[in-house]
Amino acid sequence: MAEEPDREQRRLRLVRGFFESIPHNRALGMELVEMSHAEAVFRLPYDPKLVGNPDSGVLHGGAITALLDGASGVAVFATLAEIAPIATIDLRIDYLRPAEAGRPVLARATCYKMTRNVAFTRAVAYHEDPADPIAHAVGTFMVSTKRGAARP
Amino acid sequence: MTLLDRLEEARRAGDYQAFTDAVPYARFLGLAIGQSGDELITTMRYADHLVGNPALPALHGGTIGALLECAAIFELLWRAETIVLPKTITLTVGYLRSGAPVDTHARGVVTRHGRRVTNVRVEAWQADRAAPIATAHAVFLVMRG
Repeated sequence: MAEEPDREQRRLRLVRGFFESIPHNRALGMELVEMSHAEAVFRLPYDPKLVGNPDSGVLHGGAITALLDGASGVAVFATLAEIAPIATIDLRIDYLRPAEAGRPVLARATCYKMTRNVAFTRAVAYHEDPADPIAHAVGTFMVSTKRGAARP
Repeated sequence: MTLLDRLEEARRAGDYQAFTDAVPYARFLGLAIGQSGDELITTMRYADHLVGNPALPALHGGTIGALLECAAIFELLWRAETIVLPKTITLTVGYLRSGAPVDTHARGVVTRHGRRVTNVRVEAWQADRAAPIATAHAVFLVMRG
């Protein structure tokens, strides 16, 4: 599965550019940390505007949902030869423990199965150690070869 | 004032918007709460920063998931089923249609009250309520008052 380094770099730039063109990802402040075949790691910096409980300063579950959805989508892109529109069909999130106030949240997503039309993903959100997760997600995505046609 | 104090006050006054406005993330999403008859309806007002696909354009799936989760929580708080903020255990979202760049509404229905666990079914729609854009099943850890 090894690709030439410059080709891999180009692909990473392409996906990063595409990802950063998405207004909601920019609004959340999501950053692509790394991407390899079928896998992507994102970082969500702590931001007071994403807080769910002002007493504790803990991020809202919805922000974690958007992070996991976005990371899972990019894991799907990472398996595609070229960028094609995708659409989330279904996403299940298990909230395992609250995120800690003031700390960034990382998300590592993997596309573990790709078929002609559907991609299957799993993802974890964590602070430092993926083995000590904040949330776990499994998702399915519709993949299209035609622009704008990726709808379930 | 703590969030629980605000909740108590919102319940007394029957004004949930003040409570919603105290939650930074709810403001970020642009959530508004309205009552229609016996129903509590949460609306995510359209804004450009909610877009996930600028080509269509369509709302980001994460914002729709977040709206569904928030609508489920507001339904639990409204029904006064809990004295603590419900903690989400799982959220399962089914995306049915792409979200157009317009206001999105959601309503939760409690399907089971348990002593510790409560299940809520939520639907989100735009212009046509009969054609939902997403549905969700949310499970919460609660402590009943």
